[in-house]
Amino acid sequence: MNLLWLQSAGCGGCTMSLLCAEGPNALELLEGAGIDLLWHPTVSQASGHEVRDLLARILAEEIPLDLLCVEGAVPRGPRGTGRYHMLAGTGRAMLDWVRDLSSVARHVVAVGTCATYGGMTTAGENPSDSAGLQYEGRLKGGILPAGFRARGGLPVINVAGCPTHPDWVTETLLMLASGALTEADLDALARPLFYAEHLVHHGCSRNEFYEYKASAETLSDLGCMMEHLGCVGTQAVGDCNIRPWNGLGSCTSGGYPCIACTAPEFEEPRHAFTETPKVAGIPVGLPSDMPKAWFMALASLSKAATPKRIAANATAPRVAVPPTLRGRKP
Amino acid sequence: MTTLLAGPFNRVEGDLEISLDIAEGRVTAARVNSPLYRGFERMLIGKDPRDALTITPRICGICSISQSAAAALALADLAGAEPAPMGAQAARLLHAVENVSDHLTHFNVFFMPDFARPEYAGRPWHPRAVERFTAAQGGAVRAAIEARARLLHIVGLLGGKWPHTLAIQPGGVTRAPTLRDRIRIEADLRAFRKYLETQLFGDGIEAFAALATADDLSAWSTGDAALFLEIAEDLSLADLGRGEGRFLSFGAYPGPDAPAFARGTWTPEGPPPLDPSQIVEDVSHAWMLGPAAHPSAGDTTPDEEMRATAYSWCKAPRLAGRPYETGALARQAVHGHPLARALAARGGDVHSRVAGRLLEIALTQLLMEDWARRLDPAAPYMRHVRLPDEGQGAGLLEAARGALGHWIRVEKGRIAGYQIVAPTTWNFSPRDASGTPGPCEAALVGAPAPEDQPTPLAVQHVVRSFDPCMVCTVH
Repeated sequence: MNLLWLQSAGCGGCTMSLLCAEGPNALELLEGAGIDLLWHPTVSQASGHEVRDLLARILAEEIPLDLLCVEGAVPRGPRGTGRYHMLAGTGRAMLDWVRDLSSVARHVVAVGTCATYGGMTTAGENPSDSAGLQYEGRLKGGILPAGFRARGGLPVINVAGCPTHPDWVTETLLMLASGALTEADLDALARPLFYAEHLVHHGCSRNEFYEYKASAETLSDLGCMMEHLGCVGTQAVGDCNIRPWNGLGSCTSGGYPCIACTAPEFEEPRHAFTETPKVAGIPVGLPSDMPKAWFMALASLSKAATPKRIAANATAPRVAVPPTLRGRKP
Repeated sequence: MTTLLAGPFNRVEGDLEISLDIAEGRVTAARVNSPLYRGFERMLIGKDPRDALTITPRICGICSISQSAAAALALADLAGAEPAPMGAQAARLLHAVENVSDHLTHFNVFFMPDFARPEYAGRPWHPRAVERFTAAQGGAVRAAIEARARLLHIVGLLGGKWPHTLAIQPGGVTRAPTLRDRIRIEADLRAFRKYLETQLFGDGIEAFAALATADDLSAWSTGDAALFLEIAEDLSLADLGRGEGRFLSFGAYPGPDAPAFARGTWTPEGPPPLDPSQIVEDVSHAWMLGPAAHPSAGDTTPDEEMRATAYSWCKAPRLAGRPYETGALARQAVHGHPLARALAARGGDVHSRVAGRLLEIALTQLLMEDWARRLDPAAPYMRHVRLPDEGQGAGLLEAARGALGHWIRVEKGRIAGYQIVAPTTWNFSPRDASGTPGPCEAALVGAPAPEDQPTPLAVQHVVRSFDPCMVCTVH
């Protein structure tokens, strides 16, 4: 299977993250699945005229394009021309390249939250008038129409994340290469369910603190970051605390909140990223699927029941009080 | 004279286009276009100043920690605060891991694969270059990717993930390492040292760090470093991509007394002190509107008409009116490393820029080992910093690719101005109002451009020798 990877209005971080794949490395993983890199801007030899020739041959359908991966949102500005990103050496806007290449691709994969929904590139006033491939924020219809289907029959597959976990990308590509990925394997925002059916909350190392609403007060405290520090891990999709990042990591184990970077419009939370918005002292935003009344009742009950150990550790940077050792049961 | 439009350039971070004037098989003038505009400086206006820590790392997926550390420094400066000393040390370690990873990626994944091209078949070193450095395939390419992934475990442990960690804050870092964390980090660094000493250098890193002259360097005979030196000698890379010898460093890894690698400039006329108030961003050849300005007073308003007299989204930063080259070679020359000074005395060239990075990998590994060893598992790593509702701050430090500055202005608790000048903004700047080209543009003049090479190889070597990061450049 042939894969072409293009980068537009993004930071390149999803590729940088992809290169962190281990056991085996990303290149071996793709190779092993029979995926040939026609061109990737970071790792391929071809440059300049060689790339222009390749793109022309793909559009002429002399070379089949099985997988088109796009990283980064795509600028439509200024004034709909797309000239905020002219693909170097071609005199054409990336907007036009991506639309044309999408029409000959068997599968189109948007890699990262910029390519999927617009992401950080569209923060603030969205200065470059960028959009995702098939979405603009939560709204369907990006630089490709809302009803777009690639030749293989699937809509744009949205591997959202800022950045993406290397395995989210490689496993999606491997599933496509094996022919096993169907529309039923995607969630309502076209994200692969294998990682989007989990919440970042699942497996969070701070779960005991969450159980008692024993909250961190400042960044570097060990407690749950939902009440004060803006953490939305109970609402954000991702297996970040089940499948570690860079060996052992995750945002919450690194000491800072989940900002739902797999979600459309995460770039504009309408409050400071690291501060939980509150109404009358009560945090806005409930854990997914949790009825409000039950959440309030359970939260106040569990808060009242917080063991001393957990309360003490919640506002400490390291475990201050270890678990009590129990004697052998009689 | 003919004109050639080269692009898309790959194995650089982001998209890059270069227009070349060619006469008699050589480049006579070059114009560097950074073809992507996103407008991060505009996105930040009106936001809570703390949001800069989340937003600015996402300017760049390869220099993400550099952007994060510069933002944290600018916010600390705004608050008149200092981070907890151990927190600053952990931040230096995180930043160093990224910088070394970037140097490693540049050498193995971006720069060296060009020598495995069939155009070089017949050179005595070519079979070894093919084996080690064929793009995406070579043994060294893959070994480097794996070593880098393992090294970045340190960021996973201490900073949650890479790229785009939010661990670095104005008051320190968000995770206070335990004794176990320290032991694990030291183990990761030992594994990385082993990779360096068996593959990249083929010998002890102390020995490489101690090289003092160009002759010492030429005599290095082991590892992939020696293969590079052999190729550089054969292709006379020391004569290619000559710069003008003006080097800039904002100082790397700020500490309580001084940065670990010194701040300053180094020029053929002698080392004038660095006065950041003398920095001006010129927009005469950028698709930007407004006057030339110091970054603390600067603005980013794109020229939607893309006027014909401009050719890039990149502004042209100048220090006291002159362009400066920045990067590992500049940093080590400014710091005073004898080998870097000896190489930089030639003015900057393809060979020196790459050798500067190799030297810095060795030097930084030694620093990282020292910082890791001294991580105190009982100390505080975070100090509470309250940001004022009004004020200004600047965060100047060194990314892998050179001098990076963030300038913030806060009014009524909101960001009223935010300007960023990235390393490649310096190196790949377009011409200024006086017509003076940017460092890469100047270095390309004279590069061979034979007719049978539609994307001249020498041009590619020169461009990649700077390790440009185009997503940072315009941001």
